[in-house]
Amino acid sequence: MKHTIAVLVENQYGAFNRVATMFSGKGFNIHSISIGETEVPEISRMTIVTEGEDKIIEQVVKQLNRLIDTIKVIDLTGQTRVERELALITVFYQKGTRAEITNICEIFRGNIVDINNKTLTLEITGPPDKIDAVVNVLESYGIKEMARSGTVALKRGEQLKHEKKETVV
Amino acid sequence: MIISKPKLSGAEIFFECLKREKVELIFGYPGGAVLKLYEKLYDVDFLKHILVRHEQGATHMAEGYAKATGKVGVVLVTSGPGATNTVTGIADAYMDSVPIVVFTGQVPTHLIGNDAFQEADIVGITRPITKHNFLVRDVAELASTIKKAFYIASTGRPGPVLVDLPKDVINSVCEFEYPDKIEMRGYKPTFLGHQNQIKKAADIIKKAKRPLLYVGGGVIMSNGYRELRLLAKENNLPVTMTLQGLGAFPMTDEQSLGMLGMHGTYWANQAVNNCDVLVSLGARFDDRVTGKVDSFARNAYKIHVDIDPTCIDKNVVVDLPIVGDVKHVLAELAAEFEEAPDLTQWWKEINQWRKECPLQYEKNDGKLRSEYIIEKISEKTKGEAVVITDVGQHQMWVSQYYKFTNPRSHLTSGGLGTMGFSLPASIGAAFGIKDRPIISISGDGGFQMNIQELVTAAYHKLPIKIIIINNSFLGMVRQWQELFHAEKYSFTDLSESNPNFVKVGEAFGIKSFSTNTPTNVDSILDEALSYNDGPVLIEFKVVKEDMVFPIIPAGQTVNEIMTKRLDPKEMV
Ligand SMILES: Cc1ncc(C[n+]2csc(CCOP(=O)(O)OP(=O)(O)O)c2C)c(N)n1
Repeated sequence: MKHTIAVLVENQYGAFNRVATMFSGKGFNIHSISIGETEVPEISRMTIVTEGEDKIIEQVVKQLNRLIDTIKVIDLTGQTRVERELALITVFYQKGTRAEITNICEIFRGNIVDINNKTLTLEITGPPDKIDAVVNVLESYGIKEMARSGTVALKRGEQLKHEKKETVV
Repeated sequence: MIISKPKLSGAEIFFECLKREKVELIFGYPGGAVLKLYEKLYDVDFLKHILVRHEQGATHMAEGYAKATGKVGVVLVTSGPGATNTVTGIADAYMDSVPIVVFTGQVPTHLIGNDAFQEADIVGITRPITKHNFLVRDVAELASTIKKAFYIASTGRPGPVLVDLPKDVINSVCEFEYPDKIEMRGYKPTFLGHQNQIKKAADIIKKAKRPLLYVGGGVIMSNGYRELRLLAKENNLPVTMTLQGLGAFPMTDEQSLGMLGMHGTYWANQAVNNCDVLVSLGARFDDRVTGKVDSFARNAYKIHVDIDPTCIDKNVVVDLPIVGDVKHVLAELAAEFEEAPDLTQWWKEINQWRKECPLQYEKNDGKLRSEYIIEKISEKTKGEAVVITDVGQHQMWVSQYYKFTNPRSHLTSGGLGTMGFSLPASIGAAFGIKDRPIISISGDGGFQMNIQELVTAAYHKLPIKIIIINNSFLGMVRQWQELFHAEKYSFTDLSESNPNFVKVGEAFGIKSFSTNTPTNVDSILDEALSYNDGPVLIEFKVVKEDMVFPIIPAGQTVNEIMTKRLDPKEMV
């Protein structure tokens, strides 16, 4: 089963490498991995989509926790969450198909961000399965190039009690 | 008025930090990137630097010192080849959870990534074999990094930490302040076990009809052996130990079943197979212990105490995990017991297995055998020596025939199985332990892997008994070739190529002996054990083709145990 795991790590030299090489060293799967800053400058947030039996996922979480630079590991699977991915897709068009592609783009609430005499570039955001669906439809037109950002995810906001701000750590 | 603190160079800060960590020994080897440190070292008097002859030797020495004393072992080497030579020892320390800190020189920060002379990305190389590692990029971070390194290495599940020191960082100056406390939000090892889990475990053990304690190196590392003895003795519980656990409970005690696993005793493995409650204490269900995982203690309720959560449910899924320091958990467990359970029936069965298939070897053909030598050493040292083995058949014979009575006395490379471990590790142990005999036992193969450290032992006049069990073969591999590889003795026969070990010893200025007769063993051992002005080397030429029994072939169960060589007549 697929799991989306959020990892808060010290924003430090080599922290990403530690996580990535731990995955390869232990033979764990990575579907996608993304990293970026958080609201606290010293902390980065990684979102990792991985797959495996429960026993494996349990090890993944434990091994992530074991890394010294790891501050917090949250398996978001099964929690209410917002998941998004961004894809840039350059697709070939011909006479007549340009309108079709533009139409598809609209259906998926995407944007056309580039065009030349042969290709259109679409920008699509959404949950990963939506991106899969777009790719699926566009495939018949001929995809020249594609870049996907990997998933980022956050737990859906619970009501905060009073004005207390949630602090990390 | 602001009084500014004195400014120190990186090199000065380095030694100030070691002083505050109470480091008394460094095992090291100089080179270009660490010259500044060695310049400073020249005038340092609070610690002793031991010049090794190969950086792998330094890491094993640090391990031997750390395992024997419980203190952190420290290594200092140069960049590039100096650093890469430490890799095997670091991996070894990682597998066996040994607290060492390795300082490596590095090219100046502005040259990192340039393929500069003697540059190696040692932080990248050692990421998967260290508990943690650091590249210090600013002298201002040096003191706190060293503090963290020692803290991480020695707490929680111990392990190796590497600190990479670029040349310019060592050369630049900064104010020195040593933090007395360290806070790392990502590193907070769980120390106390969960109260309710401990209570529950005690209730289950109390009710058990056939309980068994399965003890690993964690009990020794946490200094939990007194608590273990209390729990086991007060409640008449049988104890079996892993290779790393040997010595946690006296093997001379009737309640010790000896080692379990591939070359463990028949009765220990039968006990595992038949127990109804298995209590794993600081052990990790290694494949050399479990054999076929699905059958391992298959009828038992399994309790697993370990400080490292990743060990739990990794190889074997357990019924009751307790994450915490084994010493503490053991003390709390022991406190839960009021009266000893009645285990008469269980002991009867165990003792029956003991009789059915004892450890035995041929004693009456006048030939010299490893088992005999090890039994003799055990007898003469009353099981109280520190015995450091290498890897192979002799290692397994030591685990079977040396009756360890104390913790921190059996030092061996278990997880990685590193040939060449014994000699340097015994040197490290000899620097740390002065009141007990230090006995290094190697095969003729492994002995040659760090043979250069004979100099280190000789130069420092360390009273190590360096024993070579010479069977003219890479014995353990030969055994597998005989049993599992169609008797193709491919590249394991050393008889044509081995050096003259006595001459080797003498060339290093070491008193050396050799014999191939059992009747000489007593007198040679007596002489060696009473000589303490330096190392002695003894070559025992033993029979060539003996095998270690019993053996449970890899991935199998106690039902497939082999207890002796198949008689060709029986093989038809
Ligand atoms: C560095 C290293 N290389 C290879 C091996 C594989 N190996 C395991 S045991 C063994 C034979 C050891 O022979 P020897 O040192 O003579 O000891 P014996 O088994 O004869 O007691 C070998 C080659 C190893 N464990 N370590």
